[in-house]
Amino acid sequence: MNELIDHIKARFPIYDVIESQPGQIFVSLEASKLIPMITSLKTNHGFTVLVIFTAVDWIEDDKFQITYVLNNPKEKQDLGIRVFIHRDDATMESIHHLWKHAATFQRELKEMFGIDFPGSPGVDDPFLLEGWDNIPPMRRDFDTKKYSEETYFPRPGRETNDPATFMKQTLYPDD
Amino acid sequence: MSEKKQTEHDKFLAPENRKHTVIGPDGEEIQVDPLNDYFCTDLPKVEAPYKGVLEKFLNWARAESLWVLSYGTGCGSIELPPLFSPRFDAYRFGVAMRPTPRQSGVLIISGYLAVKTLKRVIRSYEQMQNPKYVIALGSCTINGGMYWDSYNTINRLDHYLPVDVYIAGCMPRPEAILAGFNKLKERIKSGNAEGANEYIEKLEWYKANQKKIIKDWNMPSYNW
Amino acid sequence: MFPEADEQGMPVLDLDSQKYIKIWQGPNHPGVTGNMSLELTISGDEIMHAKTHVGYLHRGFEKLFERRRYIQCFPTCIRMCVPEPDINEYNLARGTELLAGIDVPPMADWIRMLVLEMARLQVLLRMVPGQAGTIGLGLGAQWGLYYRELILDRFEELTGGRIYHMYILPGGVRGLLPDGFKDRLEDNLKKVESFMKDIDRLIYSNAVFKKRTKGIGIIPNDWIEPYGITGPVARAAGYQTDIRLDYPYLFYNQLEFDYNLEHESDVFARFRVRRKDVDTTVDLLRQIMAKMPDKGDFKAETPNVLHWKVPKGETIVRCESSRGEYTFYMVADGSMYPRRINLRGPSYTHAVAVLEKLLINANISDVSPIMVSLATCPPEIER
Repeated sequence: MNELIDHIKARFPIYDVIESQPGQIFVSLEASKLIPMITSLKTNHGFTVLVIFTAVDWIEDDKFQITYVLNNPKEKQDLGIRVFIHRDDATMESIHHLWKHAATFQRELKEMFGIDFPGSPGVDDPFLLEGWDNIPPMRRDFDTKKYSEETYFPRPGRETNDPATFMKQTLYPDD
Repeated sequence: MSEKKQTEHDKFLAPENRKHTVIGPDGEEIQVDPLNDYFCTDLPKVEAPYKGVLEKFLNWARAESLWVLSYGTGCGSIELPPLFSPRFDAYRFGVAMRPTPRQSGVLIISGYLAVKTLKRVIRSYEQMQNPKYVIALGSCTINGGMYWDSYNTINRLDHYLPVDVYIAGCMPRPEAILAGFNKLKERIKSGNAEGANEYIEKLEWYKANQKKIIKDWNMPSYNW
Repeated sequence: MFPEADEQGMPVLDLDSQKYIKIWQGPNHPGVTGNMSLELTISGDEIMHAKTHVGYLHRGFEKLFERRRYIQCFPTCIRMCVPEPDINEYNLARGTELLAGIDVPPMADWIRMLVLEMARLQVLLRMVPGQAGTIGLGLGAQWGLYYRELILDRFEELTGGRIYHMYILPGGVRGLLPDGFKDRLEDNLKKVESFMKDIDRLIYSNAVFKKRTKGIGIIPNDWIEPYGITGPVARAAGYQTDIRLDYPYLFYNQLEFDYNLEHESDVFARFRVRRKDVDTTVDLLRQIMAKMPDKGDFKAETPNVLHWKVPKGETIVRCESSRGEYTFYMVADGSMYPRRINLRGPSYTHAVAVLEKLLINANISDVSPIMVSLATCPPEIER
């Protein structure tokens, strides 16, 4: 797999190459170079299967990381590509012309994170939530416990029986 | 079903359910208001139980023939097929599965309810005919269970539907569900299972709770 | 007579002409484990356009994982796939071990393999006879549920619970096999084998079953990689894929078995692949019981799981279930709570994108066999 990485490094500006398991490598890339690299991997190097397409919210650095994981079924290799985009105005180019089921992933990302993929078929249709009027729920600034306590009536009487908290309160009641 | 309440939810109604004009076969124009014209707008009435031996006989008949609507709403429904298989046979207790709400008397809520499913469950419950009972399986209906802090599941079922029997567990074994059916039979025979009447008496409170969380209410207020 | 197609292959319909009716095949289905609804536009008996609606079972798993510690994620994560929960336990345990750098003793790996194959057998015992329930033959499902209870008895003896076991943990398993377990399991396997002969006579030699299921729901070969189809659905089209053979995990490289392939790729071929999978699973269970060591450690040393900080990293783990390929993508950032765990089940593509294309020009009464042959399980689409 190292020859493949050297070959790609010569053509695209990848950085942060980490091997997480034998046969599995994660690289980072700039957002504008993503479609050429994925198309070249799919047609020339045999990475024809899209395994996972998801997003991670790094709210401390004010960016979203979108991860594309491709798989080469003949050589049995996985390549994960990380792309970073801005959190405030999150859009990314769509890849629905390369894989048909990418449209479903993109629909879910639009609903859960708020990342727009212009041109993807059906990207505005609600997928999992009905009648949702708050911010996209998977973002880290959405507090799910607070929302659940305000909207759904919690049954009173839920206490914590954590021994560490109990001992701390017994020994240091003033803290 | 006043005019004002209907316009609040107008944007969620399907196009064929809004007020619109229909052109008749001779070219005449008819104004149609589906929620008032096509659906029944009366509110249900409380049916007081009879007294004495007649009520005891009717309670015995209702308890010995409980037909269940086969709607598995959550994870707990994986233990319902074994209940109707030869090992834990529930048919010997008079419990059978029916496909539609019009033909069933018991609604089993098996586990958690997402908001989208709650809308359909309310519609099924209101379409069932009296006498009807609700059995709630699992700890998710009691206090939210393991999804207590989720943004899409409800925490207490008895704020939205009247519950007769709770069965604890995650999820309850088929023997536990049979014990729950026994408990329901005792309650019916002693005259305590009046969940359907309680729903009608406190209809405004239940409807306010339901409309608070179901934000796109696009059906009539009471679904006959 | 059939309307023309637009650029994505879906027919263009004029809904105001009185030729089409829209019906909903609603949330509760016979045969599908979960709630999913189909919005069908029909003309007479034929379907012109189909759209799937999911979201009835959405609990927000991925948001809940960010609020729970690693060991607290286990009871939540196994409720993602309700009929076969052990594969998700294995995936999460394996991912945590890879991120934290823990080695598992070999005896624990053999026991994990035994548990995973037993879970596959009990799912297939419900699915294989239950397939005929979609066309009206409910007898096989009633028999199959009894034999499934025998395997669930073994699970209860080993782990304490019938459906949700919580037996596979990071580091190993919770305990060794009890005495006499292997003999009782061998008795159950003999009964299962004689039961499958009855199922062969009842269902697979049945003329009505064959006429109803042959020739419908055909998946062409060039749909497999663009749509991400895996598991038995791909094997019924002649495509060789099996995670146990391609990316061997646990000790599958020491067992002998092969791909179960069929070539017609219609509904009957998928049902035949599952029937062959039952034989393979019984054979694998016998091989595992013969090759397992007699003694060994069942768990490695792990730090205190309630205060466990997993170092930074990301990884992918995959596993073969009876329906397809399950993949987990885990990101850790050095604290006690996971940063992101993304679960992807096979029905994410089988039941949303592939089904909408397969149902075009199909009969209404064929919808149920097609859905069950793709083994749609809605909880794993919407988690």
